[in-house]
Amino acid sequence: MSGAELGLALSVFLACTVEAVEALTIVLAVGSTRSWSSAMSGVGAAMLALAVIVAALGPAITSLPIDVLRVLIGGLLLIFGLQWLRKAILRSAGLKAKHDEAQIYEAQATAARAAGARHDGFDGYAFTIAFKGVLLEGLEVAFIVLTFGANQHRVALAAAAAGLAVLVVVAAGAAARAPLAKVPENTLKFAVGVMLSSFGMFWGAEGAGASWPGGDAALLAIIPGVLIVAIAMSKRVARTLDSAPTAHSGPLTADSTDQATVSV
Amino acid sequence: MTRVRGFLLAVWEFVVGDDWRTAIGVALALALTALVAAVGVSAWWVMPLAVFGLLALSIRRAARGSSR
Repeated sequence: MSGAELGLALSVFLACTVEAVEALTIVLAVGSTRSWSSAMSGVGAAMLALAVIVAALGPAITSLPIDVLRVLIGGLLLIFGLQWLRKAILRSAGLKAKHDEAQIYEAQATAARAAGARHDGFDGYAFTIAFKGVLLEGLEVAFIVLTFGANQHRVALAAAAAGLAVLVVVAAGAAARAPLAKVPENTLKFAVGVMLSSFGMFWGAEGAGASWPGGDAALLAIIPGVLIVAIAMSKRVARTLDSAPTAHSGPLTADSTDQATVSV
Repeated sequence: MTRVRGFLLAVWEFVVGDDWRTAIGVALALALTALVAAVGVSAWWVMPLAVFGLLALSIRRAARGSSR
């Protein structure tokens, strides 16, 4: 496995772990308070929809000429990665509320209990919430699988890394029988933001006609470089907040992306 | 028509998120990279400079927004 392929697998695995932890919380909440069978049916339907999306779009994207593919996918990956990185920096600096799976679980479970009487057999509420949760969290993973995989013509490797992450998270969730609140989600999101931004920058520039010094080995400088800059920005923002406490009115509220349940 | 518009808005929200300026900046940086490379000058440095600049500006906007 080459360094770029290892980077691909690692990025997809980390991104999928984060999203799978969030989806697991939703499924656990509706499954334990409403109906396990209906919640699991929702999970299955969402997984099927995601598999269809990847299977349909994968070959279409990989059929594009390599330079078009790199500039297009690199650009999209960079825009997407900078979203992750920006929010991770804001969370790390204390400007945005951090994810708390235990708190989210309680909120989801309370909403599920208040959603009306359960029916014997199929429970539409549990199915819909589980389906929506897994589909929305999974769409980000599908996007990353497609962009990373298509660029290196290794969609299958990217999909396998995502599948492995789901298996690990589901196994951990089954063992804990509780939301995985101890998973360092915010650190993982920081790492994913760095990886997506670095690979997006690398491929985008190559697609636009630039040649990186050292070729693929340039990634060994780009990834740590982005990490160092991101940490420095986070520390700088945190210092600014510390020195001007009255100007800051507390953590940012959830933004529009979070409200749509697709949390970065 | 409303469904198509809704779908396109959802795709925009999904990929671009709440900071469209960064997305425009990335597109412009890629165009500049292509331009510099086309005249035969080494162009790899354009993207790192642009990305770090765009990220810093985006963080600055968010930090200012939170202090209002």
